[in-house]
Amino acid sequence: MPRPQPVAGEVAVSAALVLIALVSLWQTSVIPVSPIYARVAPTLFPWIASSGLLVIALILLGQALFRGFGVEENLAVDWRATGWVAAGLAANAALIGTFGFPFAAVALFVCVARGFGSAAPLRDTAIGIALALGSYLGFEKLLGVNIGAGILEGIL
Amino acid sequence: MDTLAALAGGFATALTPTHLLFAFVGCLLGTAVGVLPGIGPALTVALLLPITFQVPATSAFILFAGVYYGAMYGGSTTSILLNTPGESATIITALEGHRMARAGRAGPALATAAIGSFVAGTIGTVALTFFAPMVVELALKLGPAEYFSLMVIAFVAVSAVLGASALRGLACLFLGLILGIVGVDLQTGQPRFTFGMIELLDGIEVTIVAVGLFAVAETLHLATRHRHGKDELLPLQGSLWLSREDWARSWKPWLRGALIGFPFGAVPAGGAELPTFLSYYIERKLSRHPEEFGRGAIEGVAGPEAANNASAAGVLMPMLTLGLPTSVTAAIMLSAFQSYGIQPGPLLFQTQGELVWGLIASLYVGNVMLLVLNLPLVGLWVKILKIPAPQLYGGILVFATIGAYGVSNSVIDLLVMYAVGVVGLFMKRYDFPVAPAIIGMILGPLAEQSFRQALTISQGDTTTFITRPISAAFLAIALLLGLGPRLWAAWAAARPARA
Repeated sequence: MPRPQPVAGEVAVSAALVLIALVSLWQTSVIPVSPIYARVAPTLFPWIASSGLLVIALILLGQALFRGFGVEENLAVDWRATGWVAAGLAANAALIGTFGFPFAAVALFVCVARGFGSAAPLRDTAIGIALALGSYLGFEKLLGVNIGAGILEGIL
Repeated sequence: MDTLAALAGGFATALTPTHLLFAFVGCLLGTAVGVLPGIGPALTVALLLPITFQVPATSAFILFAGVYYGAMYGGSTTSILLNTPGESATIITALEGHRMARAGRAGPALATAAIGSFVAGTIGTVALTFFAPMVVELALKLGPAEYFSLMVIAFVAVSAVLGASALRGLACLFLGLILGIVGVDLQTGQPRFTFGMIELLDGIEVTIVAVGLFAVAETLHLATRHRHGKDELLPLQGSLWLSREDWARSWKPWLRGALIGFPFGAVPAGGAELPTFLSYYIERKLSRHPEEFGRGAIEGVAGPEAANNASAAGVLMPMLTLGLPTSVTAAIMLSAFQSYGIQPGPLLFQTQGELVWGLIASLYVGNVMLLVLNLPLVGLWVKILKIPAPQLYGGILVFATIGAYGVSNSVIDLLVMYAVGVVGLFMKRYDFPVAPAIIGMILGPLAEQSFRQALTISQGDTTTFITRPISAAFLAIALLLGLGPRLWAAWAAARPARA
């Protein structure tokens, strides 16, 4: 059954893929050609991958416009929940370089929990602090992953 | 006999206290992430990648293998009690298992899943033990041209065969290939796709992409549909002991599942979903109670669960003998090998015998540990399932942050992870598969390398891929895999019209 109305999101996703393919083709064309002898130029695989994506993306675009992907109808976006998660991610990126991982992690944790319907920000803050410190010590001391304590450096 | 001696040596490695501990921690972690919806073994291994800088390769891989096997066990618990398959390979388990739990038979469902996983996992590991050396013999005869053609099979299989739409799968494969190109070309030293940014010269970290696609995208996706639907956790009811009738109805599906699962995992066209579907179908055909299917038939849990564990063992075969990952977790394990500077492939069995056989032996050990962890201790995992969603997803994103930021303490890495997460959100929303992107990204550079080596050997003659018989056969298989199902569908559609 052909659908009369193309789904906006499907068209947008296909168009975005076409765009990525074009950017990728442009980047391939600016790869400096090596003066060093090589049997296969460093541009061959990028050409294949980029033009492959372009062809597939164009077919997908056609499919989205005329037939639809045939996936089930998507549910309406819950902007409140999504907004909280996005806010948490933004706060995380803003705080981690300045105040350090522990603060960023607590902010992220509280916002995401709020987004998923938690109504107890104080309790979440407490859990967040425990989680941040616990995982900081675990990764930093056990795995040797340096995530930086920020302004708490020297205290932890 | 050589194999048995090597295996004995492997047990000597695996049974040291340190390695037992690594195996145990891996199994514990693996079961936990398998149980928790939203995180899986691929994400966990990606988060644990930094451990490769800390401990010897053997220990790290024993840990990873424990996570990998453990998640297969844990996933079934979630499917049965929550009807939310933790892993794609346990979708079928949810069909019958959840019905059994609704009927108050959660206990037997969990028991047949755990014992079936053990039986099939062990059979799969035995098969791996004895077939892997044979595959190595064959693999030593393959040149770069054959390797390239093998990778083409893997690419076609993950993108065009598995999954709902070949087009969307291929789009993701090419996206992954493009991601894999970013950075300095190793052969000529030219920067590619770096947009002039120094940060991109080293390429994009696998960890960042994997964590972005799995943790960030998954959380965003669930947030967008938060207000719709809640899952209901069913109580653990019914004895964990299987009745005589349950045993009688379970053991044949276990064995059949193992026989179906291993080969599917082992051929480069792997994937654990297909054998579970096949096993379910066969059990329904063979059952003396076909009317129970769809209403909680124990065979429908026993067979597919066995199949998915056997295929998990199977996936390790091309991974270890050929360096060819066919699942996302295996692909990330391959990048762990690379971070040790080890190239998996036939030579691995000669140069890293202790590592390979220690790993294989630890799979036997892990299976025993997992049986104990999952059967008597199933109550513990049910408690983990009760972690409320707000705190669970908050925690997942905190760990994701550590994974991305810990690579080089760069906020840019974090933002790249977010960007990948947003792309992943759209992929989920419009049903684009994730696996081709990850496998393309990790396997793409290896394919390019083989391609170049092949052309260097043939002195630029591109027909080398079709004039060398084995390579030509591989390419023919890839072609068949890609076109076969479509031709079949077209033929099936045309037939009633003709009749």
